[in-house]
Amino acid sequence: MFDTNELVINMGPQHPSTHGVLRVVLRLDGETVVDADVVIGYLHRGIEKLSENRNWTQIILLTDRMDYVAAATNNVGYCETVEKLMSLEVPRRARYVRTILCELQRIASHCLWVGTHAMDIGAMTVFLYAFRERELILDLFEEFCGARLTYNSMRIGGLPLDIPPGWDKKVLEFCTIMAAKLDEYEELLTHNRIWLERTKGVGVISGAEALALGLSGPPLRGSGVARDVRKDEPYAAYDEMAFDVPIGASGDTYDRYLVRMEEFRQSLRIIRQATEGIPEGPIVGKVPRLIKPPAGETYHAIESPKGELGYFIVSDGKSTNPYRFRVRPPSFCNLQGLRRLVKGHLVADVVALIGSLDVVLGEVDR
Amino acid sequence: MADDPQKPPAPAAPAPPAAHAPKASAPVGPPDPPPPAGTAQPAFIAALQAAVPGSVSQVSYWVGDWTIIVPVARLLEVARHLRDAPDAAFDMCSDVTATDWPIRPERFDVVYCLYSTRHRQRIRVKARAGEHEPVPSMSGVWPAANWLEREVYDMFGVNITGHPDRRRILMPDDWQGFPQRKDYPLEGPGELLMESPLDWLKLRQAREEADIE
Amino acid sequence: MIDNFVIPLVKILIVLNATLVAVTYMVLLERKVIAWAQSRLGPMRVGPYGILQPVADAVKLMIKEDITPARADKWVFTAAPIITMVPALIVYAVIPFGPEVSLFGRQVTLYITDVNVGLLYIVSVASIGVYGLILAGYASNSKYPLLASLRASAQLISYEVAVTLTLVSVIMVAGSLSMVSIVRAQESQHVWFAFIQPVAFVIFFIGGLAETNRAPFDLPEAEQELTGGFHTEYSGMRFALFFLAEYANIIVVSSVATTLFFGGWLRPFPNVAALSFLDFIPSWTWFLIKSFVFLYIFIWVRATLPRYRYDQLMRLGWKVLIPLAIANLVVTGIVKVLLL
Repeated sequence: MFDTNELVINMGPQHPSTHGVLRVVLRLDGETVVDADVVIGYLHRGIEKLSENRNWTQIILLTDRMDYVAAATNNVGYCETVEKLMSLEVPRRARYVRTILCELQRIASHCLWVGTHAMDIGAMTVFLYAFRERELILDLFEEFCGARLTYNSMRIGGLPLDIPPGWDKKVLEFCTIMAAKLDEYEELLTHNRIWLERTKGVGVISGAEALALGLSGPPLRGSGVARDVRKDEPYAAYDEMAFDVPIGASGDTYDRYLVRMEEFRQSLRIIRQATEGIPEGPIVGKVPRLIKPPAGETYHAIESPKGELGYFIVSDGKSTNPYRFRVRPPSFCNLQGLRRLVKGHLVADVVALIGSLDVVLGEVDR
Repeated sequence: MADDPQKPPAPAAPAPPAAHAPKASAPVGPPDPPPPAGTAQPAFIAALQAAVPGSVSQVSYWVGDWTIIVPVARLLEVARHLRDAPDAAFDMCSDVTATDWPIRPERFDVVYCLYSTRHRQRIRVKARAGEHEPVPSMSGVWPAANWLEREVYDMFGVNITGHPDRRRILMPDDWQGFPQRKDYPLEGPGELLMESPLDWLKLRQAREEADIE
Repeated sequence: MIDNFVIPLVKILIVLNATLVAVTYMVLLERKVIAWAQSRLGPMRVGPYGILQPVADAVKLMIKEDITPARADKWVFTAAPIITMVPALIVYAVIPFGPEVSLFGRQVTLYITDVNVGLLYIVSVASIGVYGLILAGYASNSKYPLLASLRASAQLISYEVAVTLTLVSVIMVAGSLSMVSIVRAQESQHVWFAFIQPVAFVIFFIGGLAETNRAPFDLPEAEQELTGGFHTEYSGMRFALFFLAEYANIIVVSSVATTLFFGGWLRPFPNVAALSFLDFIPSWTWFLIKSFVFLYIFIWVRATLPRYRYDQLMRLGWKVLIPLAIANLVVTGIVKVLLL
């Protein structure tokens, strides 16, 4: 079955740089990867089946734990899907605050991404710097909803609490600090000769192939496909925000890196607009006491920092639990592309590519 | 497990029938309401019906989503048409999933959520499949469906045929049973709870004895 | 009798002990410097400001369980760390910390010995250290260490060529292989060799980074990629030996760089009388200060730069550094002939 010259190496579930419990079985010919079998399921907790036994509001807690790096985005996606199913109107203020929180999450998630990606490639200082900024965001969230990682910060119809007084000023201060720190990260990485050699030309994938493989988010945009759910199917307050979507040119790891770095800046832009323009009004819409969406099913997608996060929810109209709760995790579909990306590259590139796809195993396995 | 269109996937582990049989008042199926009067159907659906006769058995519209219900036999042709036709151009397969309606004879609703980047439109394609009915794999049309269908097979036991790599993805490779079916207990397989390595040994021995018989 | 046995013995004891203490404290220095570069504090608990951290590390490593993999080659497995550590220590036999001074009425030289082929001795002994890495990977009987040690051996051998070529150009300028003579040559030529051989110095430094498996050339021990590299299977005191050998090598490279390119024990501008008020600082202190600056730069580079991939590393060594070193050699030769 195996050629005697090939070496089978297991980048096991416990590995310093597989970003969670991911197992990649590599077949190597010397240093070159001939094939990679990606094994997942080590973090499978059965969230979809559990949700069938929880009522609609309790599921918000479960959604936090999927993409635990950007938990508020999962909350927003779920609440918006249920609101779509119930044809509920969310007040404008709530939509603005949701936008701010989603974009703060995007920055937090990308901070973690840049830190771990750089650390995998060897530049360990960026990790500490990025986490220092992530701490500022976690402080903002803690002030808003009391938690640092799993927020439970949305309710169907709006948000549970209004933003505390002075919070929007802190958000604006954070934006100023972050813009300066971004320049620091760029100075360390973007034109660094070693970084360029490690990321340029690694894991090149064309736009059409990426689309066919189901990639979404920065891996897809890095290959030149202009697809962003915030622009194509706007949700929350994105239709009122002015922002650009960065697109890469050649589809290699460096382009995915540049796309995410520019997304940082665009997120800051959105946060500033949203914070300066928060309308007054109620923070939660007219929601019935007992949430029972009418019988039917829907699919709704949002743009999480990792890609297109979709929820497919079926309600049977009678019980207080959903009949079927399905999450379309962006990391799951992006990870599918790893096998195609690593073929022909060296072992050192496998780590760079896993980092470049930005997978969170909580989302992949649910 | 080699792909064998004739041999359906292994049946679920035996569970006490009383506790987990679907209740009589359980829903029979999704409502799939028709589009309300005055809502214009997207043009590509009519083009699809013309190009692949007998493909669309029902069109449904609910909270802004269009769904077409397709018989399993026509699935592959419909998929190819939707991908290749210029007015449809669904180049991205967002999601492949299934819903279990155990009372209905065709218990599974296999759902394909498609998106077109060119026309910025979505469509949901649903096929109703029985427990052992073979469902063709979409991974030849959209490679994105590869892992998504593996998960559908793993969680529901839908008999997907023509898949290049049909094995379990989230559960361990030798797991018995399909966790997300409605008759599978939430807490797990009960007496086969596998709390210690000895339980795995007993399971393997039991399976070997069964094979010998 | 005293001059032939006692004094060298005392010098050896002092140098060996000082080196070992320096090596263990370099661990702390690295942790502190990298921490400060990353806006955090580093070890702070053990002792005031973490000063006693190396003691804690040493005790921990000594009392750890010594695990030998079941099918490892036991003798080679045990010998490998020793083969790596010993050359790093015995290089100090020829490194000059200072000139002759008078101590307790005797003329004592501040170096253990001055072999007239000192530089050759250093290069040869350092090459033996490579052997230990290779044996470690082979003897561990495990895939990751094997891959890592194969990489390490290829990397070290390639960069040794470049480093040795730069040393040849220094020898041409100094006119001797003896370490003390090279320092004296810098004194008599009124210039540190780094200023007349800048290319050689840069190549030597980069080669030194690669020889000691330091970032950005630390692929053999990159945790993120090979789970520990060639010392994955080592634990306890044997791992400690590898660890310490690496830092000992770093201090060796720093010392050699100081001696060859930055004047060894000489103070800045040794022949300018106006600066003779600086003479109260003893010669060996100048040597230590300069070595320390190099140590700091080693650590600084590690905190800043990402890691080279294996093939890029080899390409740098063979296609960039060796041609540059040869070109430098040729140019040095031509200039020397023209000036004479």
